[in-house]
Amino acid sequence: MTLLEFARGPALQWSTIILVLGLILRIAGAWLLAHDKDYSRPRVDAAWRGGLRAVFSRFWPHQPFVRQTWFHILAGYVLHVGLFVVVFLYAPHIAFIRDLTGLNWPGLPANLVLFVGALTAASLVAFFVRRLVHPVMRTISTLDDYLSNLITLAPLVTGILAYAHFGGRYETLLAIHLLSVSLLFVWIPLSKLAHVITFIPSRFQLGAWLGRRGVKA
Amino acid sequence: MRNDLSLSEVLRQQGVSRRGFLKFCAATASMLALGPGMAPVIAAALEKARRPSVIWLSFQECTGCTESLTRSHSPSVEGLIFDAISLDYHHTLQAAAGTAAEAAREAAMQANPDGYLVVVDGSIPLGNPGYSTIAGVSNVDMLREVAAGATAIVAVGTCAAFGGLPHAAPNPTGAVSVSDIIKDKPIINVPGCPPIPVVITGVLAHFLVFGQLPELDGLGRPMAFFGHNIHDRCYRRPFYEQGKFAETFDDEGARQGWCLYKLGCKGPVTYNACATAKWNQGTSFPIQSGHGCLGCSQPDFWDQGGFYHALSAGTSTSGVGLGVAAVAGAALGAASALGTRSSQHEARREVEQIVNSQPAAAGCARGGEQGKK
Repeated sequence: MTLLEFARGPALQWSTIILVLGLILRIAGAWLLAHDKDYSRPRVDAAWRGGLRAVFSRFWPHQPFVRQTWFHILAGYVLHVGLFVVVFLYAPHIAFIRDLTGLNWPGLPANLVLFVGALTAASLVAFFVRRLVHPVMRTISTLDDYLSNLITLAPLVTGILAYAHFGGRYETLLAIHLLSVSLLFVWIPLSKLAHVITFIPSRFQLGAWLGRRGVKA
Repeated sequence: MRNDLSLSEVLRQQGVSRRGFLKFCAATASMLALGPGMAPVIAAALEKARRPSVIWLSFQECTGCTESLTRSHSPSVEGLIFDAISLDYHHTLQAAAGTAAEAAREAAMQANPDGYLVVVDGSIPLGNPGYSTIAGVSNVDMLREVAAGATAIVAVGTCAAFGGLPHAAPNPTGAVSVSDIIKDKPIINVPGCPPIPVVITGVLAHFLVFGQLPELDGLGRPMAFFGHNIHDRCYRRPFYEQGKFAETFDDEGARQGWCLYKLGCKGPVTYNACATAKWNQGTSFPIQSGHGCLGCSQPDFWDQGGFYHALSAGTSTSGVGLGVAAVAGAALGAASALGTRSSQHEARREVEQIVNSQPAAAGCARGGEQGKK
């Protein structure tokens, strides 16, 4: 079995299984926990609307903190929008998703995705450096933070190298890229990167709870 | 045809002009990625070259390789060069049959004690000697016997080079490649299902001119023909860059000639000269005809997932498998939550006991209860 056969076969198969199983386990495990009853009188008829609003409203920065947190806001947008473009709008990635789900949509030109991918990788490097040099960030950072940063960076770097055929034959670089993706898939449910999906129920729950009290959050 | 004639003499006898011969030499130099100054060298060497004896062994194969070589180029200059080698044994093409055919093979081996060229197409079954025999001799025995006196061996086609289709899982005949059996002779792999005719003539020309093997890659393939992947030389590559893909074989993208990557084209990981040398005298190649590359010049290409699955898709992943994983995740999550709930209830009871045991706090708690009412 060649490296590419392993990467396209067992590695990708088991990593996607771990990704799906792990994320759903985390969401179901948290959602089905016993929650304290809220004895307060509801201020609105449908608290779920507050939950739904919170899922989307928190994509925007909180105005009072913009000046102090501009770096995180800017780099955060570059990182997350960039990852969205690279993962969901690059044709080979769409083909991967289509193979699993049957869903299909148009992609962007490869050179544009490559440019966005480079920007995204740069934002991750910036985050990593800031985490190392900023005293507060260094204090609150854990091994999970550093590893999550590097493991997210790896598929971007290997993907760019594979596209450019830089540093080896294409099939070798593609295999390394797929293996780095597999590592990311396994790491996501085990780490803070689980927020790729848990941010939705988390925001919803908080928004609904606050909405019940009449707080527009 | 006499074996002591030079190639130049043979070609002249067959009506090939000096100009046509030199054009072939220039084309061969170009194909082999040699400089233009090498064309006269090739011409001079080919003019002097004696017709080498070639023994062609066909084992566990479909004859597609022979069909490719003998039909698609005739009567080109490459075809005449092919005629100009002394093909002393080829049980599909030769007139002799049975004992006479085998006698021709043995005669060729005895008449060329300094060596001869062996061309093999087809894989060699090791599971049982009876799976494939020629005149009662198993393929593996015949290969070992003939290879012993060979100068070099050319493994033509993916079956001979890597095992090919017979080697595909579960490999019922125990098929192996030539290089799995012969370890002490130079072997050139010219894979493809079938290989491009001009590639085999180019390899033979190189051997005749330089008397040695061309530069080979890690899989024993001539770098001149297998040095680049199909994707990098494909005329549809610009559409890949633009993000324009055919989604089905009959959609607008397919009619516009857009990239076939999403339809399973394996061009990015397939090394061959299809996109440049093409087939049928440079007429076309599979991608130009509207079908993605199958990767036929790569080892184990039958076992690389479906032909119509994109290269970026996993070969073992499936929506059903992920559905099962999702259900299992939900079940495990629910079990985990239920397990934790009992701990939560226990903790809550302990808190209530503590609260109730303290009069002031109990009063507050009772007040709270009344407030709720």
